[in-house]
Amino acid sequence: MSEIDNPGSRSSETHTYDVRVIGAGGAGLRAAIEARLAGKKTAIITKSLFGKAHTVMAEGGCAAAMGNVNANDNWQVHFRDTMRGGKFLNNWRMAELHAKEAPDRVWELETYGALFDRTPDGKISQRNFGGHTYPRLAHVGDRTGLEMIRTLQQKVVSLQQEDFAETGDYESRIKVFAECVITDLIKDGDAISGALAYWRESGSHILFEAPAVVLATGGVGKSYIVTSNSWEYTGDGHALAMRAGASLINMEFLQFHPTGMVWPPSVKGILVTESVRGDGGVLRNSEGKRFMFDYIPDVFKDQYATTEDEGDRWYTDPDNNKRPPELLPRDEVARAINSEVKEGRGTEHGGVFLDVSTRLKPDEIIKRLPSMHHQFKELADVDITKEPMEVGPTCHYVMGGVEVDPDSGAASVPGLFAAGECSGGMHGSNRLGGNSLSDLLVFGRRAGAGAVAYIDGLAKRPVLNDTDVKAAEQRSLAPFGDRDGGESPYTLHHDLQAVMNELVGIIRTRSEVAEAVAKIDEIKERAKNVAVVGARAFNPGWHLALDLRNMLMVSEAIAKAALTREESRGGHTRDDHPTMEADWRKMLLVCTEAEDGSVSIQKQDQIPMRSDLMDLFDVDELKKYFTEAELPGGQN
Amino acid sequence: MGYQQKFQVWRGDANGGDFAEYDVEVNDGEVVLDVVHRMQATVAPDLAVRWNCKAGKCGSCSAEINGKPRLMCMTRMSTLPPDTTVTITPMRTFPVIRDLVTDVSFNYEKAREVRAFVPPADLAPGEYRMQQVDVERSQEFRKCIECYLCQNTCHVVRDHEENKQSFAGPRFLMRITELDMHPLDAAEQQEGIKRPVVAQNDHGLGFCNITKCCTEVCPEHIHITDNALIPLKERVVDLKFDPLLVRRRKKVRKA
Repeated sequence: MSEIDNPGSRSSETHTYDVRVIGAGGAGLRAAIEARLAGKKTAIITKSLFGKAHTVMAEGGCAAAMGNVNANDNWQVHFRDTMRGGKFLNNWRMAELHAKEAPDRVWELETYGALFDRTPDGKISQRNFGGHTYPRLAHVGDRTGLEMIRTLQQKVVSLQQEDFAETGDYESRIKVFAECVITDLIKDGDAISGALAYWRESGSHILFEAPAVVLATGGVGKSYIVTSNSWEYTGDGHALAMRAGASLINMEFLQFHPTGMVWPPSVKGILVTESVRGDGGVLRNSEGKRFMFDYIPDVFKDQYATTEDEGDRWYTDPDNNKRPPELLPRDEVARAINSEVKEGRGTEHGGVFLDVSTRLKPDEIIKRLPSMHHQFKELADVDITKEPMEVGPTCHYVMGGVEVDPDSGAASVPGLFAAGECSGGMHGSNRLGGNSLSDLLVFGRRAGAGAVAYIDGLAKRPVLNDTDVKAAEQRSLAPFGDRDGGESPYTLHHDLQAVMNELVGIIRTRSEVAEAVAKIDEIKERAKNVAVVGARAFNPGWHLALDLRNMLMVSEAIAKAALTREESRGGHTRDDHPTMEADWRKMLLVCTEAEDGSVSIQKQDQIPMRSDLMDLFDVDELKKYFTEAELPGGQN
Repeated sequence: MGYQQKFQVWRGDANGGDFAEYDVEVNDGEVVLDVVHRMQATVAPDLAVRWNCKAGKCGSCSAEINGKPRLMCMTRMSTLPPDTTVTITPMRTFPVIRDLVTDVSFNYEKAREVRAFVPPADLAPGEYRMQQVDVERSQEFRKCIECYLCQNTCHVVRDHEENKQSFAGPRFLMRITELDMHPLDAAEQQEGIKRPVVAQNDHGLGFCNITKCCTEVCPEHIHITDNALIPLKERVVDLKFDPLLVRRRKKVRKA
């Protein structure tokens, strides 16, 4: 795996590729497979080892309206659920493509060797999840993400085996650059021409010459203290895109997953899968009350059970009963838990109880939720077959990301594409559980195909500019400079996390968010003087110092967008503007990099929804979200 | 609540190294990886460690704690004796890159040598039908998080560099069993690949003398030896060493 610098005119080793995919999670690997299948020479660049991406942490499943468990399911129902979950702020074209194509993408995984759990008639089994009308999530116990990443990883290997048979070299057409980090994208005029990276192992630079880049870098959760995200989630793709001149949308919408572990402190934030609730788990406060019945919002009144009896009956007879409110979309459940704890009805460690032990037999729990059982046993000494779990909200997913063309994943910068969590629009203001894994597959494939089409249409290949490369090299080495009394990257990171957690968390107000913007500015100033000790080889302090630049930029975008949007919707709750406003639904907040390197926010009108998609909803329901003028027959 | 704990952590690179001693605070409920992070933030900012999820799902933070191959994120401090020094060393079977980080590329090379799943030619996507009982056997092996602790602990390669060339290790022998048990793998029908035979001939299955060390260190509690390696060996016996088949093959050859 290790490579050393090539001597030559440039100081860095240089690799030439057609398509360069940044990120080796579900979206990145699916994009890379598509590009390689189209005959393009493809590089996959990942900060971690191959197969370790954050996708492995996805537990519940992959939403696709295959109708294997309930034949009433189809893409229209899935589309409606997705739009409702996102409070109609979603890019409707993405939601449409996603709902239509997800089944094909799941079935395709079986041809790569995936082994999903089965129905009695041998089809892929599907489970219930929050916000999904029918059982829809293809799954493997509660380790679906692992199955997906391994399947895609093994597909890449199988393509490499084909190439080996043909060329004698496994890596002749698709190569994984593991533990390799992109620091800057390089452009030729407006268009992408390449990127600078460094090897974590040796610390030496590596240069990619490639006209098309697919960003698939995932999310931003590491800017928060309590998060279910791994260290990799530092918003790299978001920041690289902005610095390259592309725009982000929806950055104010962050999903706080309602159920993260709350104790012991060192595991605070680790995810407890929503499948626990999908399979019968109930939420109770310290008084033993199933409080979710008190938190069903008006827009969902018709779709959820109002009594415990009805909710309980739904698990065995879903056609004649309404679902329990534990299965409301994540934003609703997270806010409810937050309120219960704030009002003094929380558990000893500041969470609420999630209990599956009184609802399922122990062997059933171990079979359906094996990794949850394992996780609580090993990390918290809790046996979930006998006692309830303590859970609370944890920063989980960013709905916002690179603004892309829905069909091709193309960003506004020629040659730049994005897919998966680092792209924006698909999930609107709140993502439904299970829609992420399907998003990765659908839009990973589309972004890969988009990159291929872009290259095929190029008149001439953009050229790497040596001056920009040199500047990027120097920037990445700056933390090693002679900085007496320089700031520790660990301290800066901790300070940023505290600001985001406390001031731009699940419930926001103008004064606090404004304070956060000011504090992020201060940390940005201090970060100019960040200093690291040691040498370049596998130096985590240096790596963090470089990641911080991205985290700060993305945090600024989140805070500024949160300050601008004066309403509450999905993953953005403003205490001082507690209601949802139709005028804000048709408005997107667009983040771009300003001249001085700061983030600026502009308002942009949404594209009106196509009428045949509007027709999928009752007008009465649309009235809850849209302005008069936008409704069918309105003045638009 | 918090207490001070003595650690010795191996630090160095391919050219050599030594133990560094640290006296670090430990809090309630913490795992070894928490403490390693505290070392980085306080006394050893350039201490190299590989980790990702810190939830036992990605298999990145493998190391040896008091000599035992473990995931640092799943080893609670409360399970270690507080009054003695805790020793953390990198996995021994793989070359050290720096400190606790090792070069695990051996595993990726071996992964590439196992022929991938071969989809049946006569089934279109969406037409796959399999029974739960039939997929469950392979599903157990697909729980593998590729932490490579089994590869690290296996005595065939642990202190025998010379065996690495011809031995895929428990993780990838298990992968072969997984594919062999896959209800729809068409490697034999379409490519003439008898997976167990290939395991024996090309991947060094015969080296394994079922000491179960791999099973013992598996953080996912996969029954690697009992459910993957022994059945694979039994298949080899059937396919390669069945006395009747051997006689018939000889006859055919003579004829």
